[in-house]
Amino acid sequence: MTKRTEIRLSGSGGQGLILAGIILADAAISEDKNAVQSQSYGPEARGGASKAEVIIDSNEIDFPKVGKADLLLVLTKESYTKYISSLKTNGTLIIDSAIDIDCGKSSFKIVKLPITDTAINRVGKSIVANIVALGAIQEITGIVDKSSLEEAVLKRVPKAMIGLNKKALEEGYNLAVKTS
Amino acid sequence: MKVKQIKLMQGNEACVEGALAAGMKFFGGYPITPSTEISEISALKLPRVGGKFIQMEDEIAGIAATIGASLTGLKSMTATSGPGFSLKQENIGYAMLAEIPCVIVDVQRGGPSTGMPTAPSQSDIMQAKWGTHGDHPVIALSPNSVSETFHLTIRAFNLAEKYRTPVFLMLDEVVAHMREKIEIPVASELEIFDRVRPEENDTKYMAYKVPANHLVPPMASFGDGFDFHVTGLMHDEFGFPSNDTDNAEKLMNRIMNKVNDNINDIVDYEESFIKDATTIVLAYGITARSAINAVKTARERGHKVGLFRPTTIWPSPEKQIKKLLKNVKKIIVAELNLGQYVLEIERIVAGQAEVFFLGKANGEIITPTEILTKIEEVI
Repeated sequence: MTKRTEIRLSGSGGQGLILAGIILADAAISEDKNAVQSQSYGPEARGGASKAEVIIDSNEIDFPKVGKADLLLVLTKESYTKYISSLKTNGTLIIDSAIDIDCGKSSFKIVKLPITDTAINRVGKSIVANIVALGAIQEITGIVDKSSLEEAVLKRVPKAMIGLNKKALEEGYNLAVKTS
Repeated sequence: MKVKQIKLMQGNEACVEGALAAGMKFFGGYPITPSTEISEISALKLPRVGGKFIQMEDEIAGIAATIGASLTGLKSMTATSGPGFSLKQENIGYAMLAEIPCVIVDVQRGGPSTGMPTAPSQSDIMQAKWGTHGDHPVIALSPNSVSETFHLTIRAFNLAEKYRTPVFLMLDEVVAHMREKIEIPVASELEIFDRVRPEENDTKYMAYKVPANHLVPPMASFGDGFDFHVTGLMHDEFGFPSNDTDNAEKLMNRIMNKVNDNINDIVDYEESFIKDATTIVLAYGITARSAINAVKTARERGHKVGLFRPTTIWPSPEKQIKKLLKNVKKIIVAELNLGQYVLEIERIVAGQAEVFFLGKANGEIITPTEILTKIEEVI
């Protein structure tokens, strides 16, 4: 059973966060759960702060929008500023460790991970930062299984990129394991 | 073997899949946010099933092409948003009087004018009813999920074909753009209605004469060999213009009554927690998703609240609402506009219950909390 879990993935336009949201929702559905993925369009979708939202629930999902998120992924400082107030008390913040923020005494769990650095230096391409992030989210939350996540990722990438994306997922899992 | 096909799909995509399942063979339109994916996916998929997609020079030409294609015998659709819906109105009236079946999708966005292209709205509900001039029959449907978008698109085609009239599918930006789970039914399990055509050897065929035991005149296709005339002028049973008052009265009654006399077949709705409810929330489309959530919470708090959700907006579910009034004393109409469908509900209720309104037109959807607050305020 999965209780309604609201996830907000934020960063800048072009980081593949909407794709990451679709992949996560697809993985959940393949496990017979319900999922809704939505996004905001408009001026902020071009560069600047951008977000994708996913709700996963074993039960039917009535209201399809994320209010206060249980999990917030932050890949840029701007998106941190914009969306941090939408994180639930006792929620989880997964934030790229390259972002210099002072979370001080916060009411939520903070997980700092070198997501973009791992994508660039260990996987070899910055564009897979979204997939590294998905791996980390899986390891931390267990919201979907590794096998269904991998299947959902591979369904959406060209053949030549399969190896790269598999590596990105692996590195994502490893990052999160190290912190736990 | 029948295998359930479960997919993650966007509302606009489900609309096209539903249209294709219903037998759509033509799409003519002009892309506009937030309906653009309907054009894009139609352009991709129609040629694969022997259909045609045309991007016309504007919205007016889009509906004109859709009407023309239907006259050649193809099931046709166009899709737009508020600004385009406005432009299409004259030709929509033409299709209503000339009795040309087609489906018109309006993915509603914030208006008036170009308004807020990427924001949801339900503010074209009255335009669907009264957008084109003159008295005219209107059928409009409104789904609240990706899965229901698939099924109501099929229903829109079926009703269009059965009643020989344009049918509106009123989506909103959220239902159109969100992705969620959909189970695609096996094609053989779907009920598909095709227009009644004249017998091949019918030498006495008259394009606008209703034969005995028929709901509407059988519809010949251009190119089939039947001679017939189509006009937006009041016409006789051959289809030729006529100013005869008796003829006009007969024709107007016929096109209005084919819908009005078949309301039981056309009207559809969903009721939740209605049985002992003394207060109901009436909502459709995306707002109904917030409403059901609010109603469930209100029930947990012990309030006797239910939800009435019309999936057929026009004609309105008058009989069903009147029936509710035996127990229901308060009705909250929630919609993403500043007061449209509530006027129809007030007309139906006619003072037999208190009607309250909860609306919004700032580009955001109405939240469950807002509806719950309203429930607790009026109860």
